[in-house]
Amino acid sequence: MRFIFKTEYQQDVKLFPHGGAVFWYSLLIAAMFAAPLVLDEFYIGEITYVLIFTIIGVGLMILTGYTGLVSLGHAAFLGIGAYAEAYLLGQGLPFLITVPISGFIAAAFGVALGVPALRMTGIYLAIATLAFAIIVAEVFARWESVTGGYGGMQVPDITLFGIDIYEDWQFYYICLIVTLIVMFGALNLLRSPTGRALVAIRDSEIAAQSMGVNLAKYKTLSFALSAGITGIAGALFAHKTVFLSPDSFSIVFSIQLLVMVVVGGLGSLHGAVYGAIFIGALPQIISIAKDYLPHAIGEQPSLEAGVFGLILVLFVLFEPLGIYGRWMKIKLFFQLFPLYKKATFKRQKSYMKSERVR
Amino acid sequence: MTYFRVEDLAIHFGGIKAVDGVNFEVEKGEVFSIIGPNGAGKTTIFNLISRIYEPTEGKLVFEDQDITNVPPHQIAKRGIARTFQNIELFEHATVLQNLLLGQHAHRKSNLASELLFLPGVRQQELRFREKIEEVIDFLDLAHYRDSMIMNLPYGVRKVVELARALCTEPKLLLLDEPSSGLNVEETEDMGFWIDDIKKDLGITVLMVEHDMGLVSEVSDKVLALNYGRVLATGTPEEVQRDPEVVKAYLGG
Repeated sequence: MRFIFKTEYQQDVKLFPHGGAVFWYSLLIAAMFAAPLVLDEFYIGEITYVLIFTIIGVGLMILTGYTGLVSLGHAAFLGIGAYAEAYLLGQGLPFLITVPISGFIAAAFGVALGVPALRMTGIYLAIATLAFAIIVAEVFARWESVTGGYGGMQVPDITLFGIDIYEDWQFYYICLIVTLIVMFGALNLLRSPTGRALVAIRDSEIAAQSMGVNLAKYKTLSFALSAGITGIAGALFAHKTVFLSPDSFSIVFSIQLLVMVVVGGLGSLHGAVYGAIFIGALPQIISIAKDYLPHAIGEQPSLEAGVFGLILVLFVLFEPLGIYGRWMKIKLFFQLFPLYKKATFKRQKSYMKSERVR
Repeated sequence: MTYFRVEDLAIHFGGIKAVDGVNFEVEKGEVFSIIGPNGAGKTTIFNLISRIYEPTEGKLVFEDQDITNVPPHQIAKRGIARTFQNIELFEHATVLQNLLLGQHAHRKSNLASELLFLPGVRQQELRFREKIEEVIDFLDLAHYRDSMIMNLPYGVRKVVELARALCTEPKLLLLDEPSSGLNVEETEDMGFWIDDIKKDLGITVLMVEHDMGLVSEVSDKVLALNYGRVLATGTPEEVQRDPEVVKAYLGG
């Protein structure tokens, strides 16, 4: 078992708690950079999707996992980012400028949604964000001069430093670098006063306020950051799908994104990554499983949605901390072997006010 | 001028006058207790001072400044911190993170510098840490530094909440029933700490409390409240002997 001996305050501020973590994360990043040399093009394409979902996951995690505000409308922010990217690139702006602008446009919509949402929590906020998603999807379908309506919209190709990006592995590197930047920013934010203020709002608004946290400011900020990050993911998503249509950003997609962070594990950035892998891998697993399932089940049109729903229910019932929570338990089991106590993670019944998850 | 003054404070919820024309003055460096039966309006007064409720009437004056219209999140910056009757800690965070949030009012970094975690932000974190370590030493919490709040027993949570309030470096500390849910020993400790907060840290304490033992041990002045009105003010002995107070508690 690793025992971290703390001798200076600096150790609690560091990005990585100990040398082992530095080693393993460096190895992971190196492996990610080396992946296109080893892996098939198909897998690189799939990992690119996982990276994009990871960025969305980080965005949604800031809002739902850390600030405790549930959003059922994140596909809308993704769509805003995607359409903004396609439109701006079509206007002849360079890729390096369109991606941040797409993020900013989505963030502006995040603020627009966040301000009226200040007075809402829990289910009411979920309904408000759901309504927002429906309105935005409708706008995508109707605003034909910009989005092309149901006819769809072709996303222009990327040119970066004079190089045309058309190979999958080139785009993979772009997504990887953006993911790393977003991850770095999110990690920094969460270990600084802003991150603590968001967690404080999640756990007890009244106490946060008494400690000097401006609720309106930080909730709006959380919405803006979350929407902005999702918008950047949307810009990348647009290039990945090449062709945008309003159906791509439906309510079902919003719900899938929420499933992603819940299954991954609310309240941790690891959870965002695990959730993204889950969302990326599950459709593949289902399509493979279809060949082995009896015809009556395998050919059901809504099989995927059903499986998603079932998995969400099972996670909420048996592993509320998600895949990350499960991972922590497995890790602890091996660290403490053979002294693992089941009760370590047993949830205590408690009737404190702040225990309510909102 | 008095240090902290409440003038004709009143709040009405519909027809219910929860606080009805309350006046009192707190001198710098004293422990001032508010007592009264359940529903007398004690916590409501605290919520009015921390600006969670909007008073129907009246004025709050702290250090010669009118704070009646200061927004709630700026109260901490003015030097007023509070604890809560039912403990409002951030359950899914460690003790350290809870205490660091106490320093939030002293935050000087902005969002951009935090996203990049510039050296200034790092130094600020270390400065915050040094400040809260003083409080950890003071309240003997070193053992619990890295524990999650949800895994802590009630008595410790109560102390952590007091610590978090002290981390804001307050001048006036509002304690809402500091001894509720504590056992005899813990209550005794709490009494010593309140005394130390007053004498060593020089913080003025305003306290709501039911335990008369604790009240008479630490308070310089006591105010008895019933149905939102002041029954009596004075030293603990005076108030306990006051016929109105006896009537309110025992019926008459």
